[in-house]
Amino acid sequence: MEILAHDIPADADSIIKVQGLNKWYGDFQALRDIDLTVRRGERIVICGPSGSGKSTLIRCLNRLEQHQSGTVIVDGVELDDSIRHIEAIRNEVGMVFQHFNLFPHLTVLENCTLAPIWVKRLPRAQADAIAMKLLERVKIADQSHKYPGQLSGGQQQRVAIARALCMSPRIMLFDEPTSALDPEMVKEVLDTMVALARDGMTMLCVTHEMGFARAVADRVIFMDNGEIVEQAPPQEFFAHPKSERTKQFLDQVLDR
Amino acid sequence: MSTLRPVVHRAPSERVLAWLRANLFSSPANTVTTVLVVALIAWLGGRFAEWAVLDAVWGKAGVAACNALAGEGACWAVVAEKWRQMLFGIYPPAEQWRPAAAVVLLCAMLVVSAMRGFWRPWRFAGVWIVGTAICAWLMGGGLGLARVETAQWGGLPITLMLAVYGTFLAFPLGVLLALGRRSQLPIIRSVSIAYIELVRGVPLITVLFMASIMFALFLPEGISFDKLLRAQVAIVLFNAAYIAEVVRGGLQALPRGQYEAADALGLGYWKTQLLVILPQALRITIPAQVNSFIDNFKDTSLVIIVSIFDFLYAVKQSVVSDLDWRHYFIEGYLFAMAIYWVFCYAMSRYSQWLERHLNRDRRS
Repeated sequence: MEILAHDIPADADSIIKVQGLNKWYGDFQALRDIDLTVRRGERIVICGPSGSGKSTLIRCLNRLEQHQSGTVIVDGVELDDSIRHIEAIRNEVGMVFQHFNLFPHLTVLENCTLAPIWVKRLPRAQADAIAMKLLERVKIADQSHKYPGQLSGGQQQRVAIARALCMSPRIMLFDEPTSALDPEMVKEVLDTMVALARDGMTMLCVTHEMGFARAVADRVIFMDNGEIVEQAPPQEFFAHPKSERTKQFLDQVLDR
Repeated sequence: MSTLRPVVHRAPSERVLAWLRANLFSSPANTVTTVLVVALIAWLGGRFAEWAVLDAVWGKAGVAACNALAGEGACWAVVAEKWRQMLFGIYPPAEQWRPAAAVVLLCAMLVVSAMRGFWRPWRFAGVWIVGTAICAWLMGGGLGLARVETAQWGGLPITLMLAVYGTFLAFPLGVLLALGRRSQLPIIRSVSIAYIELVRGVPLITVLFMASIMFALFLPEGISFDKLLRAQVAIVLFNAAYIAEVVRGGLQALPRGQYEAADALGLGYWKTQLLVILPQALRITIPAQVNSFIDNFKDTSLVIIVSIFDFLYAVKQSVVSDLDWRHYFIEGYLFAMAIYWVFCYAMSRYSQWLERHLNRDRRS
């Protein structure tokens, strides 16, 4: 990445730096003065009521949403209007969506090799080998020649994870990855994510799965009304929530 | 255990009777309607069969045999007599093997392009560039063949050429216009919208007039393009606007998530469109596309307005300009109808196959 050497010197420890981030949709302010620093290898779970801005926040990290003020620096590259910067960041950041967003006209394998072949310019054989290895890792290699429409929701989401991993990202963003799944399929996807977390991937995960947060998160962030209300390691977060809004939210999602 | 009712297997003849009773003879009024409609169809069909087949004059029977019928039967002899003029217009008769070969070649190119093995950019481009060059050589001459000016071209080759190139060249342009209309860039978007709305707002005939007469006025003295080429360009530009709107419909049908997934993978605008969006959007729009292809094919008959002699005109002219045969234009038009129908029906069947074939992958 020598073309980016003139940019912000990469902090050895932090991989994402967000400062004073604001985002409006028309008159509605979706994010208010967000400050967030993510260390390399850190696993963060972001939770909060719907409409609290948690999806918008992670979508601002790879420019699926454009912020209006503040700075976002991902792996030493500032996210601004420069297409080169946006592309560089998107190469570093993988994303998994609530509704999988697999390409229905391509097979599972083709979904995984599309970007490596066309963006990273890998030879097809090499892209295939990498994809098969990663499909193996999400335990779905035997379905590689099927089309997404022929798979269950849980299988599709695992393919989506493999597809993102095929670009060898340094950061993975998960936008409510289990919210659209039938209950019996949630576990297979969470297991995949847990395995990924154990391998040291930097992860930001918007989810209501508090069990997942407890098992792997280094930090849980609670958002409400476009703000970060509270953040703490999971033990502390669940045992001693500080703000009233956090307590209310936890009461609802944890059924206690 | 649930109790299963025994399935009654009825003989096929019994099933037909039951269907008839239930659908056609369920009430007195229904019965009367059925009988009347069947009688009408039988009478009309019988009359037509009598005229077109039983009492008709077949083969090269000569005009006297037809006149002797006094209109009681069809005079297919007119087709047997005039088919070369009908198919090739005023192309020099001694050279008419050339347009015939061009038509066969063009049809072969279409058939080859319809096969999945040829859906590779280089093969496809190769077939069409080489094929088009050979067609142009066959029709126009040079390199050992006698020269034939485009003013003498006519008949089926003209109709096929205007339709095929009018569709194939309009297609990429239409896709670009559709993408342009959805572009984030205001200039590209407004130019696309203006173009589409302008062209869709005028009849093809006026565009052909523009291309044929007005266009020449804008060019400097002494420079002129071939009239046929101008009409071809006009048809391409006209069809592109319609194709653009069909494609736009397909683009709008795709969920936002497809764009977001492609963005998140870093694919960029053109790769996203070519690899992710268009393959899906074009697949959705096959029925509407084929509809406009069939329209385009039939609309080529309008070029007669700028004195280009297409197939329909060649058929008419070959009959009515002959004092002996001039009464038998109905048979001529039926012949033209049959040829048009064969091409349009082939397109329709192909699109049905294409839809099934492309969707086969995706059935869960």
